[in-house]
Amino acid sequence: MAKERLLTCIVCPRGCQMKVLLSDEGAPISVEGNFCKRGVTYANDECTNPKRTVTSTVRCKSGAVVSVKTDTTIPKGMMFEVMAEINGVIAPDEVSIGDIVIANVCGTGANVVATSNTK
Amino acid sequence: MKKDLVIIGGGPAGMAAAVAAYEAGIKDILILERDNALGGILRQCIHNGFGLHRFGEELTGPEYAYRYEKMVNELGIPYMLDTMVIEVSADKVVTAMNRENGIFSIQAGAVILAMGCRERPKGALNIAGARPAGIFTAGTAQKFVNMKGYMPGREVVILGSGDIGLIMARRMTLEGAKVKAVCELMPYSGGLARNIEQCLNDFNIPLHLSHTVVNIHGRERLEGVTIARVDENRRPIKESEEYIPCDTLLLSCGLIPENELTKGAGIALDRVTGGASVNGERETEIEGIFACGNVLHVHDLVDYVSEESAIAGKAAARYILGNSNKEISITLCTDGRVRYTVPQRLTEVADTSVYFRVADVYRDAKIVVRDGDRVIISKKKQRLAPAEMEKVELTKDVIASLSGGELSFSIEI
Amino acid sequence: MFDFAVIGAGVVGGMVARELTKYTDSVCIIEKKGDVAMGATRANSAIVHAGFDAAEGSMKAKMNVRGSEMMEEICSLLGVKYKKNGSLVVGFNDEDEHTLVELCERGKNNGVKGVRVIHRDEILTLEPNIGDGVCVALYAPTGAIVCPYELCMASVGNAMDNGASLKLNFEVKNIEIIDGGYRIITDGDAVEARYVINCAGLYSDDIAKMVGDGSFKISPRRGEYMLLDREVGGHISHTVFRCPSKMGKGVLVSPTVDGNLLVGPTAENIEDKEDTTTTAAGLAKVRALSSEQVRGIDFSKVITSFTGLRAAGDTGDFIITMPRDRFINLAGIESPGLSSAPAIAEHVISLLIDAGYEAKARDDFNGTRRPMHFFSSLSVEEKNELIKQRPEYAHVICRCETVTEGEILDAIRTNPRPTDVDGVKRRTRASMGRCQGGFCTPYIIDLLASEMGVDYTEVTKFGGDSYINFGKTK
Repeated sequence: MAKERLLTCIVCPRGCQMKVLLSDEGAPISVEGNFCKRGVTYANDECTNPKRTVTSTVRCKSGAVVSVKTDTTIPKGMMFEVMAEINGVIAPDEVSIGDIVIANVCGTGANVVATSNTK
Repeated sequence: MKKDLVIIGGGPAGMAAAVAAYEAGIKDILILERDNALGGILRQCIHNGFGLHRFGEELTGPEYAYRYEKMVNELGIPYMLDTMVIEVSADKVVTAMNRENGIFSIQAGAVILAMGCRERPKGALNIAGARPAGIFTAGTAQKFVNMKGYMPGREVVILGSGDIGLIMARRMTLEGAKVKAVCELMPYSGGLARNIEQCLNDFNIPLHLSHTVVNIHGRERLEGVTIARVDENRRPIKESEEYIPCDTLLLSCGLIPENELTKGAGIALDRVTGGASVNGERETEIEGIFACGNVLHVHDLVDYVSEESAIAGKAAARYILGNSNKEISITLCTDGRVRYTVPQRLTEVADTSVYFRVADVYRDAKIVVRDGDRVIISKKKQRLAPAEMEKVELTKDVIASLSGGELSFSIEI
Repeated sequence: MFDFAVIGAGVVGGMVARELTKYTDSVCIIEKKGDVAMGATRANSAIVHAGFDAAEGSMKAKMNVRGSEMMEEICSLLGVKYKKNGSLVVGFNDEDEHTLVELCERGKNNGVKGVRVIHRDEILTLEPNIGDGVCVALYAPTGAIVCPYELCMASVGNAMDNGASLKLNFEVKNIEIIDGGYRIITDGDAVEARYVINCAGLYSDDIAKMVGDGSFKISPRRGEYMLLDREVGGHISHTVFRCPSKMGKGVLVSPTVDGNLLVGPTAENIEDKEDTTTTAAGLAKVRALSSEQVRGIDFSKVITSFTGLRAAGDTGDFIITMPRDRFINLAGIESPGLSSAPAIAEHVISLLIDAGYEAKARDDFNGTRRPMHFFSSLSVEEKNELIKQRPEYAHVICRCETVTEGEILDAIRTNPRPTDVDGVKRRTRASMGRCQGGFCTPYIIDLLASEMGVDYTEVTKFGGDSYINFGKTK
């Protein structure tokens, strides 16, 4: 007997309410309620390997903070691990948008990059 | 000093308007920004989710702002930072002050108001109880955490489910705080569904709908709040009171367009939007003074702020060049379910996007636009919610075909 | 040893200290909180009463009428905002009219000038928004408004400019009687003075007990208020009281000197001397009562609500006594205490002289002080001249009330110096506007931290444990 899972898509601000049909093994069979194809991808990921982007700040040498993000999504379950690594590093005082602050954070394959410029 | 176009505010609205006006042929522009950098409130919105419509990719707030800052710089559009506008007159004299120039006046050919909005403070909510430290608007907390690098709380309750509150629930959690609950007075959320999902559900933060904070405890630093369920008239139910120990209360109870300058210029405000009433050109009731972005009405997405501001920028350019689109005598009216429309009046010639918000959550409803009795647009919607801005397009042909008088916007279930 | 110790830096203590510095610079003001004006002075109706309320012959009546006469000049010397806006005590029926006529007679006997009973037509010419049921009023053209904490800060500041010392966070734990005076003790510190003036407000009974005087008791009486946006500050121009009746005293609706609209207070006797909480019921009552007196108050424009505690004595009058040699109680200074403060200060000198104090006027006393809000009153040319010398005057920190960095820095550097965000707020009005500090609090903390040389996280909202930030994010 297949199971249903209700999801709110977080890919865009539209926030589609989706219904995912899951096999006994928990694998997604079909997705309804999505407005675009990205919803299907999200639903499949969310049911098998949920992922998130983490945004935060990194402390610079000067003591100021600079905003950062993971440049791709990371496994949802690793958000706090990633945060711990983000909290442990010190960025140089001069960084620009896109500069890699942590490469391959926690072995996720994602880089933590600056999202603002410090002057 | 004289300038063709003075833009008040260097946030996303002001920058987008400047770029659009420049591209429409006006080079003599000056942006006046009160903060020490362009970008406005986006600078502290370090979360992602911006720019999908405008740039086709997901950006953080500072990245989105920087896209526009780069355009402004590349086009060489002048701006003054740390410059506070203190007055705008009906004849378009802008008085401002900064460290270098003291108090100075600029005679502008046209003015674009792009001052943004501010948060509703605690006082306005009139919550009973003590007045300890530890009560902040979500945006103030965001400034402390994201810009200053300080933690204003460890154990947090959030009142109001506006997007900034939801975003801060996640931010504070990721930074090590415990967010105990989000209370929302209304039976539906004030924020986007995706933010409920990724900011609350991801972290098992409970959202209490139809709940409010009825009492604040603590003499020096906040020690706790009493929350209660409210009845259908939004009155707290005594028996449902619950005490939650916490050291911080964040408020995310709505945004108010910041229209002090607008009022000073003698421009009356729309009671529903809290912004000026504008025509399709985003021109206020005073010729040559335009408004766009959150100062005009609070938007859900910055992408739409940019879109609207480009309209205002182009229109200001046309005005300065002496070929404005003429306003036509058609008033847009609403049925209450549609709370307001922007623009409130129409302009000939141009395709017009009409933005609006609804009063309640409606499922399987229709957005219906009528010219007198004639239905000209009927659009089915699975779900309409107050947190989300809606939009209908009126093409110039449709506008040209209107019989005049009233164009009514309604939600039919 | 100081000549004088003034215990309590409220408006009475401030006024008394300033008056004493006319004769000596050896004055020490002692305050248990981290700033001046933190008790009843911080939160009250901000009214200079004309003087018809108090019973003929009482200290309240004498001090009120005299204080009210002195107030305008003192405010002008100290650069404190004052406005003679006149007051109306409104009535709704014949019984009220009878009471108002009596009140009018009492006012005349107390020496209040120009007081008279008027009727609806005339009331409407003075206040078009008066409540629909109002038919009669006692009009007192000499009623005025003032900012109580501004007056207190200015008088303490002026006393300090004339040599007085201020000790904050000095909670008096005991008073020892020593040779030639008193030793006032707190944890780890003590002040010795020949004379002690007890202006300790709600705690003046506790202070008096420390020297063996248990003759009176002070009880807190809670009053809840709402403050409305300046946008509706012009809704009325006079202070509108309600005629006292069997139904109680009612509330007042008044403009403030800063242009806001103030409504309240309730009056509730409580036990806890620190309980400044507001209640839903109290605020609802304020709303209901005020709406009868003045119509069309737009309560959607409330920017804050607060509770003040009056220091109510148990004698029905001000308690101005000298229980021991060189120890004066100024206690139970409830309404009309603010109005009376200048007169009480003057009266203290005469009491001291009667008791043998040799009051020799200093020739170097300077009783004037620059207004705290001088910048906004300058012309554009004057402002630009100042900005050239000090560019921080062009940097707006509080956008709602247009308060500049220059004004905030001045406030932080001027006696009595603020050490917390609320202190800056009371002195400059920064964060007192409609956004209530949402935008400017982080900047004010920056300025305080750098001026005081402390870490950002050490800056509090109002002293004690009222911390704003707990630490760094990482």
